[in-house]
Amino acid sequence: MTLALSLGDLSLSRGGRRLFSGLHLRLEAGQACALTGPNGSGKTSLLRAVAGLCEVDSGQIEFGGTDPGTARASGLHLLGHLDGLKASRTAGEELDFWTRWQGGRPEAMEGAVLRLDLLRLLDLEVRRLSAGQRRRLALARLLSAPRPLWLLDEPLSPLDAHWRGQVLDIMAGHLAGGGLILAAVHDPLPVATVVLEIAP
Amino acid sequence: MNPALGLLRREIAIAWGRGGGLMVTGGFFAGATLLLPLASGPEPERLAQIAPGAAWTVLALSALLGLERLFERDYEDGALDLMAHASLPLEFTCALKCLGHWLATGAPLAVLAPLAAIALGASPALAPLLFACALAGGLAFAFTGGIGAALSLGARRGGLLTAVIVLPLFVPPVIFGGGALHALDSGLPWRAGFALLGAYAAAAVALGPLAMAAACRNALS
Repeated sequence: MTLALSLGDLSLSRGGRRLFSGLHLRLEAGQACALTGPNGSGKTSLLRAVAGLCEVDSGQIEFGGTDPGTARASGLHLLGHLDGLKASRTAGEELDFWTRWQGGRPEAMEGAVLRLDLLRLLDLEVRRLSAGQRRRLALARLLSAPRPLWLLDEPLSPLDAHWRGQVLDIMAGHLAGGGLILAAVHDPLPVATVVLEIAP
Repeated sequence: MNPALGLLRREIAIAWGRGGGLMVTGGFFAGATLLLPLASGPEPERLAQIAPGAAWTVLALSALLGLERLFERDYEDGALDLMAHASLPLEFTCALKCLGHWLATGAPLAVLAPLAAIALGASPALAPLLFACALAGGLAFAFTGGIGAALSLGARRGGLLTAVIVLPLFVPPVIFGGGALHALDSGLPWRAGFALLGAYAAAAVALGPLAMAAACRNALS
């Protein structure tokens, strides 16, 4: 699946308060966009709107000719600060479940485990993992079920310096392979070719 | 293993794991049934008379346990976000979650219910019908209960709210099943009551997921 992402004249409100209006963005294969803006400016809401989880007030979200339902079901990954991992299950069980849920293959999952150095952690319950380890486990889903568009909400925040570098490498690899990234960040994102500042 | 089967296995594992699941539900069922002879006196004739209805009512109440967490844990940890944009329709996902809940708790309770009724002095001839009622009724309880669980997403003390929403929906199956049991006990035709219970369960399985998915989408947006 090849996707593009275009947002046209987008307005969004949450809880009766207008977060932003008139937002435009066009993202082609191989491009990354860093969403910046103060806390509460609507970065997370924008990512959720692209994923189809919340309604926009007006404007269009298009996926370059691909049907939005198909694009959202099997063309994008959403990685938020809530990672969907069950505390009472082991890391291996959770990664296996989500890989199958998102249509990934076991070989890709093995590759993701090695790339994110999760082999030692697979037998541990998710509740025993540190915040950074949990984030790596959540990131492994992105590699084990390849999809073109990554929607990332503060992807680097709980990671240490070494893993920040590694994940930036992974993101660069995804872009080199024709992927797209829309990431909400506070610090500059070296792989981003576009910066979109959200302001009311 | 396809995604749907994976989800079903995961739901059952979560329902059974970690202090929840069968030990708690079965324990509640046994404990609540035990209270009955303590409250209504130990005369065997009277107990035998109310035993099937009592086991049936306690079964309905036990079905409430665990409902509050059915959607809430996935809502809290973000799993529901990932389930809402997936190749499986959210309606189907909701149906699978209810089915998993029923397999993990409702179906085992259906085995316990006739045993409890017999222990209270009900005629063993009632056991097969009570088992069948508990299986069909359990499905109805799980799928109508799921509606309440989805509607109370994000509310504080969601479990209490779920029970208040769901108890009125439990009235018809309790009446139909109780009626069938009473009819069989008094030698009257019982099939009509059981057929209505089955119809209610089928309607709940067919329509419940639509309401659950709509409620989940509303909670997420």
